Amino acid sequence: MRTMRSMLYIPGNSPGMIQNAAVFGADMVMIDLEDAVALSEKDAARDIAAGFLRDYDFGDLPVVVRINGADTPHFEADLEAIVPLKPFAVRLPKCQSPADVTTVDARMGEIEGRFALPVGAVPIHAMLESALGIENAYAIATASSRVKALTLGGQDLTADLGIQKTRDGWEFFYARSRVVMAAKAAGIDAFDTVWTDFNDPEGLFRETRQIVELGFTGKAAIHPSQVEIIHRAFRPDAKEVRKAERIVAAALEAERQGRGVVAVDGKMVDGPIIARARHLIDLAGLYGMEGGEAR
Amino acid sequence: MVVRMAQAGTLESADCLVTVVPAEEFGLDYRGGNRKLFGERTRKLVLETLDRHGFSGVQVTIRDQGALELVIRARLETALKRATAEA
Repeated sequence: MRTMRSMLYIPGNSPGMIQNAAVFGADMVMIDLEDAVALSEKDAARDIAAGFLRDYDFGDLPVVVRINGADTPHFEADLEAIVPLKPFAVRLPKCQSPADVTTVDARMGEIEGRFALPVGAVPIHAMLESALGIENAYAIATASSRVKALTLGGQDLTADLGIQKTRDGWEFFYARSRVVMAAKAAGIDAFDTVWTDFNDPEGLFRETRQIVELGFTGKAAIHPSQVEIIHRAFRPDAKEVRKAERIVAAALEAERQGRGVVAVDGKMVDGPIIARARHLIDLAGLYGMEGGEAR
Repeated sequence: MVVRMAQAGTLESADCLVTVVPAEEFGLDYRGGNRKLFGERTRKLVLETLDRHGFSGVQVTIRDQGALELVIRARLETALKRATAEA
């Protein structure tokens, strides 16, 4: 298991940034061929992304590529250039229905076959950024075994809903809950949208805490400076981790003594609480904490 | 065959600006702070790329701002496609 707390957007036509991708400390990077690239540079960004995927050593950093939507003239060329190079995943924008996924799935399978790759070798991260896409979340998540994550596209969603994004973000509460629920039900990951004001780290931290509590796997970052803040928000509370360790220790002791009932800090503890405590300790380990303290 | 002048890339750090122009025969003008160090490497890379895509008569200008080899190759390929695409 690896952490996927942060996914850093990198414009596809910026070789200097792609070349430094690993330096920013993100758990995953996403080379963007869509919104971050001017129309006149779509061809150039595609060649750059393909060049990096083919020849550059990213170490063990997962590299996702966001292609242009199926309704654009760039879509076919993007798939042809990117799929044979086996990125960590292809991010598919503007998914509205299961058919959007199955069409792309078939097209990708055809390309994989031609390049002697196993069909299904390249996963899809489906981006939900419209009311219809959100309502179809579970159907999209299960439309193909290729779909390994749902991602929320907040910018387009506000436009579709005709609303403004607020600092508190309560207008996304339903969409976020829906995305997480559908992803968990399908057994895949869920990634949250970007925090666009990179001069407001406090707002980013608060929003990231919210989405951690909702159950998201990770959050997108549009600036390298956001990575550290997102990681900080994912770190479990040290007090909670210490308590979890006491719960697990007490459960082990009770098991050793053949007792079924466990009390910790004067409160009865049962199966689900012990399971949750174990999960929290695993997370803490994953995020580099031991005994509730950062390593 | 290159039918028109075309460019790809930028003058940003770690990038390069490639210009291709139709010509009778191959020519390369490679400029950048690392010309002495990478001149020969770049010439080889350009010739290989042109050869792979079946080009010969083309004048190539590269202004290198410290681009990786793979970036020079990608920019050259984009420029060649732009120089041959139907307008």
